[in-house]
Amino acid sequence: MKTAKRNFARTLDLAHGRVEMSHGAGGRAMAQLIAELFAAAFDNPYLATGNDGALLAHAQGRLVMSCDSHVVSPLFFAGGDIGCLSVHGTINDVAMMGATPMYLAASFILEEGFPLADLRRIVESMANAARTAGVPIVTGDTKVVEQGKGDGVFITTTGVGVARDGITLSGDKAQPGDAILLSGTIGDHGMAVLSQRENLTLDPPIVSDTAALHGLVEVLLDSGATLRVLRDPTRGGLAATLNEIAKQSGVGMMLHESAIAVNEPVEAACEFLGLDPLYVANEGKLVAICQRQDAQRLLEAMRGHPLARRASIIGEIVEDAHCFVQMTTRMGGRRIVDWLAGEQLPRIC
Amino acid sequence: MKYIDEFRDGALAGNIAANIAREAAAASGYRLMEFCGGHTHAISRYGIADLLPANVRMIHGPGCPVCVLPIGRLDQAIRLVRQHGVILCTYADAMRVPCSDNLTLMRAKAGGADVRMVYSTQDALHIARANPQRQVVFFALGFETTTPPTAVAVRQARLERLQNFSILCNHVLTPAAMHAILSIEGGAGLDGFVGPAHVSTVIGSRPYAPFSTDYGKPVVIAGFEPLDVMQAILMLVRQINDGRAQVENEFTRAVTPEGNPKAQALVAEVFSLRESFEWRGLGTVAGSALRLRSEFAEFDAEARFGVEYVAVADHKACECGAILRGEKRPQDCRIFGTACTPDTPVGSCMVSSEGACAAHYSYGRFREAAR
Amino acid sequence: MCLAIPAQVEGLTDAGNAIVMLGGVRKEISLALVDGVAAGDYVIVHVGYALQKLDREEAERTLALFSEMSAMNEPEDSPPP
Repeated sequence: MKTAKRNFARTLDLAHGRVEMSHGAGGRAMAQLIAELFAAAFDNPYLATGNDGALLAHAQGRLVMSCDSHVVSPLFFAGGDIGCLSVHGTINDVAMMGATPMYLAASFILEEGFPLADLRRIVESMANAARTAGVPIVTGDTKVVEQGKGDGVFITTTGVGVARDGITLSGDKAQPGDAILLSGTIGDHGMAVLSQRENLTLDPPIVSDTAALHGLVEVLLDSGATLRVLRDPTRGGLAATLNEIAKQSGVGMMLHESAIAVNEPVEAACEFLGLDPLYVANEGKLVAICQRQDAQRLLEAMRGHPLARRASIIGEIVEDAHCFVQMTTRMGGRRIVDWLAGEQLPRIC
Repeated sequence: MKYIDEFRDGALAGNIAANIAREAAAASGYRLMEFCGGHTHAISRYGIADLLPANVRMIHGPGCPVCVLPIGRLDQAIRLVRQHGVILCTYADAMRVPCSDNLTLMRAKAGGADVRMVYSTQDALHIARANPQRQVVFFALGFETTTPPTAVAVRQARLERLQNFSILCNHVLTPAAMHAILSIEGGAGLDGFVGPAHVSTVIGSRPYAPFSTDYGKPVVIAGFEPLDVMQAILMLVRQINDGRAQVENEFTRAVTPEGNPKAQALVAEVFSLRESFEWRGLGTVAGSALRLRSEFAEFDAEARFGVEYVAVADHKACECGAILRGEKRPQDCRIFGTACTPDTPVGSCMVSSEGACAAHYSYGRFREAAR
Repeated sequence: MCLAIPAQVEGLTDAGNAIVMLGGVRKEISLALVDGVAAGDYVIVHVGYALQKLDREEAERTLALFSEMSAMNEPEDSPPP
C-alpha cells in the first residue's frame, strides 16, 4: 500500500478515530479521508488522478453495467464482510451477463460516529477482493449522515464490463428440455449471517460463500456448451432466482430435491430457526441453464473449477403456462417451490 | 442430522406408501384429519398426497394456533402497542395476521410500534430486564406444546419481582378443539385422526381416549417427520379396516401415556381454564383455553392495561372457518389465490405456514392447475 | 405450536440450562421442563426449551416398523398406545 502524500497536518487516527460530518462535507477532512483511506487502499492510477470521474480506455464490444447496494447486518461475519461482499456481488452480476468485469465504482454512505478502524477493515477487505479479482475500483463517492440516520455504513457498487462476442445470456432464453445446473451448496451466506445475529453457536461456524465468480463464468463460456442463462441466487435464495427465470422465459421447471446440496450445519441451523434453505441467500454460487445435450459437458467444466466442486444438475425446464417451479421431494412426492411471500418468517409451529 | 434424516428416507417412504396402497384397497374411502398444523405443513412440503392412493383423503384440522385466533384477539395486541406503548414480544407467525383497520403487527411495527420477534419466552424476559422503564408484554399463543414455556416465564417473572412484564394469554387446548370438530354432525365426516406430535409429548396419549370410546374414532399420534405421518396413516387405515377405534402411538420415541408430568404441573400451577373462548371457525368452545390463575393475575396484560376482547367478524368472503372445520378445502374458497395469497392474506389460514391455505398455495396449487 | 427438533445434549450449564447440538449447531436451551437430563441424552427442543427426552430404543423400533412389508389380507397387531 502506497503511503499517502503528507498534505495534511495530522494523519487520520484510523485506530481510534470516528467518522465525522466533515468527512462528507467536500472540504479538507473529506479529501484526507479519501487520500489516506480509500485511495491508499484501492491504489490505482485512476484514483490517483484525483478527479471526480475515471477516464477509461475504449472498450471493444458490447458494454454491460450493473449496480448493487449492500446493507448487510452484521457488517462482519464468518467468511467476509460488507466490503468484499459489495465487490463480489457486482462483479458477479456483470459476469452473469456473459461479460468480463473491468471496472468498479464504490459509493459509501457513512454514519457519523462510525469507527474508522472498522471502516479501514472494510475498505482493506474491498481492496483485497478487487485486487484478487483483477477488477480495480476506479471511482467513488462518500457521504456522511448524522448519527442515528444510517446503520454504520451502506455501500453501493457499480460494475462495468464487456460481453463476450457472440454470447447473449438472458433470463428469457430458457427453453423446455434445457438442463438446470447449480454450482454448489445453498444457504451458506444467509445462515452465516443469520446464525451470528441469532446467537446460534456453530463450531466451526457457518462460513459465507461470498466469492467472485467471473473466473468460473469464463470456464463455462469456454466449455463450448450452449448457455441460455446464468444467474447468482442471492436474496430470496435459489427459489427466487428460479421463479424469476421461469416467469421471464414463460416456462416451468422440474427440480429434484435430492440433487440440491446443503451443508449439514446449514441444514441444522435452518431446522433450529424454522427456515427453508431454498429461500436463503447465497453469494458465491450460480445457476446455469443450458441446452440439454451439453449438460454433462458443462457439469464437468464446473466441477473442474475450485468454486464449483459440488456442482450438480438439479432439474430441467418444462412447458408450463403457469410457470410453476416444481420439485420432486426426497420422499418421492411433489411440491411447488414458490416465490417467497413477504420476508421469510421463521416457523415456530 | 440424527433422528431427522432417517425419518425422511425416500426409500422407506416408498415402502410405507406401498403398504398403504395395499391395505387401503379394502374400503372405498378413508377421510383422515391431521389435527396439527405442523403435520399439515409436512404433508404439503414433502408432497405426501402424491404417495397416498386416491381413496385416502387428508383433511386439514384446526391445530394451527395462529389460524384459530379470532381477529379481536390480535386487535388487543395492536391496542397494547399503539395505545399503551408497550414492547410487544411475539413469535414470528403472528406478525403478518390481518386484523382490523387493515393492520398487522408487522404494519404496526413499520408505523413505529415496538413489536419484537422472539424465539423463546426467555428472550421476552431478557427484554423486560433490559428495559425496566418500559412495559413488556409477551403475546402468549399456542397449544399445549407452547404453554409450559410461558408458565416457566411467568413463574420466573414473579420470582424476580419483575414489575414490567405481563402476558396476553391466548393458549388453547387440543382435546377441546377435537371435541368441537367431532360435535359437528357427530363427526360423520371423519374416519380417524392423526394426533399431534409435540402437543402429545406434553399431554401424553391418555387424553385422546374419549375420541375412540365416545365417538368411535381411531386416533394415531404421529411424530413430526414425513415417515411418521405416513406410518400413522397406515395404522389408521388398519384400524378402520379392522373396525377398531383405539388410541395408538406412532411417536413412541417421545410420547408416553402420561406425557410430561413436570410440564403439566407447571402449567396447572400458573393457569386455569377459561369458561369459554372464541375460536375462528369453531365459534365459542367451552373449556378450550387458559387464563392466568388469580395468584398470577398481576401478569395478565388484559387486566393490567384494561384491553378487553371485542369480537370482530371475519371478512365476508373468507372461508377460514369452514376450512378449519375440515368442511371445505382451500381451493373451495372464492378468494383463494386471487385476493387472498401469502403476500396479501385475507384470513389467518393463509398467513401461517401451517395454515391449510398457505400450505396448499405454497406447495400444492399446481395440482388444480394440472386438471 | 408444533415445531420442535431432536438434539443431543452436550453438557449442562450452571444456570440449569443445557447446550444441545444438532448437525454441528449448538444452542443453549432451558431444562426447566424436564428432569434427569444428562450429557449424551437426546431431547426434543421447542422454542428454547427441552420438552421431553427422546427414547432411542423406541426410535430404532419405529424405524424398523417403516421397513416392514404388509402381509396381504392379514390385519397386523398394532403397538399399544
